[in-house]
Amino acid sequence: MKCSTFMLGPVLLAAVVLGAQAQSPSTIKIISSLPHTGSANAQTMTMVNGIKLAIEEVGGKVGEFSIVYEPWDDASPERGQWDPAVEAANADKAVADPDIMAYIGTYNSGAAKIAMPKLNQAGLLMISPANTWPGLTKPGVGEPNEPMVYRPSGKVTYFRVVPADDIQGLVAAQWAQEMNCNKVFILHDRELYGQGVASMFQKTAKKIGLQVLGYEGIDPKASNYRSLVTKMKQKRPDLVYFGGTTQTNAGQIAKDLRAGGLNVKYMVPDGCFEEAFIRSAGASNLEGNTFITFGGVPGDKLTGKGKEFYENYKKKFGNEPEAYAAYGYECGRVVLDAIARAGKKDRAAIVAACAATKDFDGVLGKWSFDANGDTTVKTMSGNTVHNGKFEFVKVFGE
Amino acid sequence: MGSEDAEDQREGGRELMTDSEVLLQQVIIGLSNGMIIALIALGYTMVYGIVELINFAHGDLFMLGAFLALTIAGALGLDAVSEGALFSWGILPMFVAAPIFCGGVNWCVDRLAYRPLRNAPRLAPLVSAIGVSFVFLNIGLLWGGLPMEVFNMGQTAAAPKDFPALVSNENLLGESDITLTISQVLVFVITVPLMIGLSVLVRFTRLGKAMRAVAQNPVAARLMGIDVDRVIGATFIIGGALGGVASVVYALYNNTIYFQMGFRVGLDAFTAAVLGGIGNLPGAVLGGLVIGMIRALTDQYIATEWTNVMVFAVLILVLIFRPAGLLGTHAQEKV
Repeated sequence: MKCSTFMLGPVLLAAVVLGAQAQSPSTIKIISSLPHTGSANAQTMTMVNGIKLAIEEVGGKVGEFSIVYEPWDDASPERGQWDPAVEAANADKAVADPDIMAYIGTYNSGAAKIAMPKLNQAGLLMISPANTWPGLTKPGVGEPNEPMVYRPSGKVTYFRVVPADDIQGLVAAQWAQEMNCNKVFILHDRELYGQGVASMFQKTAKKIGLQVLGYEGIDPKASNYRSLVTKMKQKRPDLVYFGGTTQTNAGQIAKDLRAGGLNVKYMVPDGCFEEAFIRSAGASNLEGNTFITFGGVPGDKLTGKGKEFYENYKKKFGNEPEAYAAYGYECGRVVLDAIARAGKKDRAAIVAACAATKDFDGVLGKWSFDANGDTTVKTMSGNTVHNGKFEFVKVFGE
Repeated sequence: MGSEDAEDQREGGRELMTDSEVLLQQVIIGLSNGMIIALIALGYTMVYGIVELINFAHGDLFMLGAFLALTIAGALGLDAVSEGALFSWGILPMFVAAPIFCGGVNWCVDRLAYRPLRNAPRLAPLVSAIGVSFVFLNIGLLWGGLPMEVFNMGQTAAAPKDFPALVSNENLLGESDITLTISQVLVFVITVPLMIGLSVLVRFTRLGKAMRAVAQNPVAARLMGIDVDRVIGATFIIGGALGGVASVVYALYNNTIYFQMGFRVGLDAFTAAVLGGIGNLPGAVLGGLVIGMIRALTDQYIATEWTNVMVFAVLILVLIFRPAGLLGTHAQEKV
């Protein structure tokens, strides 16, 4: 896996150079840019599988066009997660290849910030199965210059099929209150995603009257958080909320809470809703007192089209899809649908067709894209960990 | 403690920890973390003392030691200790294998990457060390991708790995708000005798004398009949072995390892070595403890965001007023 990534670079470069001449009018290329070198790999591989499944369902063909799909990696071994330099290179590569009509990605919101303006300038469709930073699409919730800074051409070319974090932070704080946790201590990993969702949590918590005992950005590479746990212990919170991911040490915090003798509830966002989180934290440290919010519902709780997907996935790949696999699949289907409705190999036409997606029969029911490029789906689920596995608790916001 | 205990504490209206209890707790945490840093810092400082090379690969060597320990845990099928037990005997093979492995690898690195450059300009071995560090980093990444249960069957090579709690994390002080775990005690039980042993070795044995001689003047030492390359090789073995012990202690204390941990821990340890006076053994230990304490106290009394800033601010302050470090003297008492 890792070695092939290194080899892939030159090969792809050669392909781009050759592709400029050998452009075939009847082939449309779709690529995905997701982190495969890193702990998110298990999650992102199932997203790639989801995309493959969507393409396979239409027999790899839309109208007269045959669809070619390539999964690209936007992570580097030095960082162990997404790398700004690699993401930028991916975006440039995609723009330069006239066969590429859709860019599925990214996984991390920070990576999206880099790719979005580049792809927007080129008028290339970008659709994310996992970005949740609200500012990417919604005016007035993120930085003052968001989201226009990502749209140099002035047009909306970026879409996402997942609900954003303004909803997730809200739901998480409300859930905390429902569980009678009135005193919360909030931590975040100082990254766009983690800090974003933590600040949404904080805002809602204050609004609904929870007592926020502290709000601190941790060092995601620290060897442990025992000192921080001691500090929190003194304030006796009912719940510790961590805005962060498996890669930014969500597991270590769970361990140090237990080892430091702070037996409180621990809530994390969907960046931790993956097998790797349970693996790195150790199942016994999470048992019964860990709560995870997720935009959508877990695979085995899906209904309708989603249920169909879940069963086909298991049949084809022989394992359980991770939480975001359904969104990879959804992205694939939306892209294929947009290409079909555009009816021609033209980036602008395909973007326009995608923006016009309406009452789409998706894995979470019927939904449309709004003017910002956001899905109208607002379904969130709450999950916990039991016997080393995620366990579905309830659905919010339907 | 079960969750009922936590309920009792909250609802039974027990007092919050007093300020002095909090301070004591932070001192325990700071010293435990500092001891681990110190143990690794010794590896940096010994090598620097004798060949004036900053062995940047040392942190990553330490990481490999931890991966070896986890592999042993996986091979022996070791699981977290059951309630009541203090530790698992499975840690013994780790404490034997990791130092031998790290010492051996460190010797090989010196033989292959540094010794041929002994008379080259000083930057050459430094660049070589950075190269070795990258090689180790990628070996760690590949190692984490092995199809073993402890590595999640290799599906997530780069993910943090759970290291089973082979030493109990239960509070020795029972119901007290202050936590002192066996794993913390272990840190001291292992590191303090090692440090004493090392200073005895350097001060009173033939090898130690030879090391000090080479550190002071390699040419003169060679003229006196000391096999300089052998002495340097021995230094690398000892420094590496200390890193190996540190890796097991780290893994047992933090219960998480990942392929990039060598960089951060190595940076802390290197900083500790410089803070204490690079080349000076007690200095490295002091530097490690100081950094551990700064980290703990900043987390408690300022904010986590400032922890790294504080460590380097103190480093800069010390270097301004004592350029040779806390205990460093110019070129005299190296190693």
